[in-house]
Amino acid sequence: MAKQKIIELNGVYKEYDGTLAVENVNLYVRKGEFITFLGPSGCGKTTTLRMIAGFELPTAGQILLNGKDITHLPPHKRPVNTVFQRYALFPHLNVYENIAYGLKLKKLKVTYEDTLGNQIERIENYTKEEIDEKVKKALKMVDLEDFEKRSVTTLSGGQQQRIAIARAIVNEPEILLLDEPLGALDLKMRKDMQLELKEMHKKLGITFIYVTHDQEEALTMSDTVVVMKDGKIQQIGTPQDIYNEPINSFVADFIGESNIFSGTMVGEKKVRFINKVFDCVDDFEKNEKVDVVVRPEDVKIVKEEKGMVGGVISSCIFKGVHYQMTMMVGRSEVVIQSTKGYDVGEKVFIQIAPQDIHIMKKEFVSNVYDGYITKNNTVCFADGEFACDVTQLYEGSSLDEDGYLLLKSGEKIDLSGVDVKVEVGLKDIEIIDNDEDGNACGSIISIVYKGDHYQVIIRTDEDEEDFVCDTEYTWNEQDRVSVRIPKEKIRLTLKQEAKR
Amino acid sequence: MKGAKIIKKEPFITDNKGGGLLKFKRSQLCIPYGLFLSVFVIFPLLLIIYYAFTSKTGTFSLSNFTAFFTEPTNISTLIISIFVSFIVTVICLLISYPVAYILSRLKNSNLAFVLLLLFILPTWLNFVLRAMAMKELLSFIGIPLGSTASIIGLVYDFMPFMIMPLYSTLIKMDKSFEEAASDLGASKVKVFTSVTLPLSKPGIISGVTMVFLPVMSCYVITDTFSGSTGFSLIGKLIAKCFLGENGAPIQINEGAAISLIMLVIMVVTMLLTGGFKNSENARGTNL
Repeated sequence: MAKQKIIELNGVYKEYDGTLAVENVNLYVRKGEFITFLGPSGCGKTTTLRMIAGFELPTAGQILLNGKDITHLPPHKRPVNTVFQRYALFPHLNVYENIAYGLKLKKLKVTYEDTLGNQIERIENYTKEEIDEKVKKALKMVDLEDFEKRSVTTLSGGQQQRIAIARAIVNEPEILLLDEPLGALDLKMRKDMQLELKEMHKKLGITFIYVTHDQEEALTMSDTVVVMKDGKIQQIGTPQDIYNEPINSFVADFIGESNIFSGTMVGEKKVRFINKVFDCVDDFEKNEKVDVVVRPEDVKIVKEEKGMVGGVISSCIFKGVHYQMTMMVGRSEVVIQSTKGYDVGEKVFIQIAPQDIHIMKKEFVSNVYDGYITKNNTVCFADGEFACDVTQLYEGSSLDEDGYLLLKSGEKIDLSGVDVKVEVGLKDIEIIDNDEDGNACGSIISIVYKGDHYQVIIRTDEDEEDFVCDTEYTWNEQDRVSVRIPKEKIRLTLKQEAKR
Repeated sequence: MKGAKIIKKEPFITDNKGGGLLKFKRSQLCIPYGLFLSVFVIFPLLLIIYYAFTSKTGTFSLSNFTAFFTEPTNISTLIISIFVSFIVTVICLLISYPVAYILSRLKNSNLAFVLLLLFILPTWLNFVLRAMAMKELLSFIGIPLGSTASIIGLVYDFMPFMIMPLYSTLIKMDKSFEEAASDLGASKVKVFTSVTLPLSKPGIISGVTMVFLPVMSCYVITDTFSGSTGFSLIGKLIAKCFLGENGAPIQINEGAAISLIMLVIMVVTMLLTGGFKNSENARGTNL
């Protein structure tokens, strides 16, 4: 299975006007593999694909093709072809001319042997007959045999899609890049095309690099899935790995339905969440805060005596094959999928097998920032100024009337301009709807539901610092909000000694 | 209602379909334009047709046309007009295309806007004024009045009409076509010749019609620049007939006939270039 690496990205960065679209991407693709870049919009997956195609140059890093550096090679010199999101079929050419476009440009090295036995090399183009044959074969591959003379503007979306694929594969590229190629098709057509593409991949044996935001599509089609978020790779693995062993709560939340709870390790392979201790198979340090992920289909409704924890059904929706129910355990919600539906208000008991409890290190335990003390004895960090208790910096110190800090020893020091490390707990940040009222403002960039609360990330406008907060209230992505932190919840530590 | 407490707020939907004075059908909105059109376009057109097919005495005759086509100087003016229009159009296109292309590919859109404004700004001035200024400039550089000066003047005057449609076609063009071409192995030159150029055809056609036809009937500019040695265009011929310059008699019927011939030439050119087709036409462009 150790096939050779066809493409390799080493420490690739891409910056647009000061913001990083792609950050330190390292990955390789094996020859013949079907690899999918998966992530929400704006995660850098298309940018990464465009760098492989050559439409964008990385700001830093290296792209290797078969071990050779192609980072700065223009697109027309790369043995790579792309199927564009909106197909980009040339409207002034008909179907045949569209497909033949690449073939007509291709140069071949032909070796002749003359009557004296000398070998002569000549650079030639494909002959008309060769092009004809290849175009016909490609059209057959996509099941549009009699469409040669048709104008591309008269084709339906699905047909244009097929022509776009034919136009790319006819050149026999080493790698086929597909940028959300099924995005514009309806659901039924998508499902058919997914299977057809997978079939085509098998038949052609070329490497496919596929970009999508549809997790189901990624899981159905790929050999390997690369999950991306905010320009960074979160996890690379087989669809099974990604689904069963998500590396963090983002991946778990993005791939399929999942219950994400905040838990604490209470002993060897024992984790406590939803107020109950469960056996699990992952081992973490005792007392460590962890995220616990349980897939809804792994939560089994059982008889009372077998149940590990009980709760009340608060909603039940029929989804065709199964019912999706929400059960309240105390203040936590547990999503359950079961073939048998239960009534709202009914008391049920659940069981979760140890191997179905996935434990991952908590991404954010507290927010840490670099800040400095102002002359008013407040602290500036993350685009805002916050009131704080500076006396915590020196034990037993107090403030005098002029704002100087009096140490226990009686020494007087000026704190203004002193660099400090600022730490704020996730639960200590208050989100306020109005952008004026808080100390710093920004917009919400991510929301993950964690059983009984949401974990919201607020990014400030100027410095792009993130506030991660746990809140019970629902917010929407892109909401403009501001944050307030109670004075006593800001923990400060000195990074440098103050002037005495 | 100060001080009163609001009990309920709900959307208010009128069932009144907009009555009163402002009650009219949408089609009635075009009445003002219809009136304008009939008084200032259709009526004069009919008048021209009437004059063209009548003699001075008011009887039906084709003598105005036979007179035009039998007079060698008229024919040569017509040929020169077409030739000069062609030359001016080609020069405009050759200068404008690169300009429009570069402007449309500028990453800094503010810079592109300012540069475009510089090219378009002259059209906001009265063109007689511009022509006079250009004349002064040419004499300052040392280019004498005559055919060359006329062509320079015409190119200067009509260039913005070529740049605008080209620019708007190029800026609207989906970049993924060019990317697809280079992805399929086309070099930069090949991308331009096989994709960008054919796809900008609507802009070229629109630019050409906006330069070629008006140049033929333009006479103020050639008047200003031609001096004693330069050529005169068919527009000048028509003006002479109607205005009777230099003591020549006023010949309304002949003038009407020449106008009608011009009109036919224009319609034929439009048909040939597909200028009447609505699709992909980049005419509707302005700053």
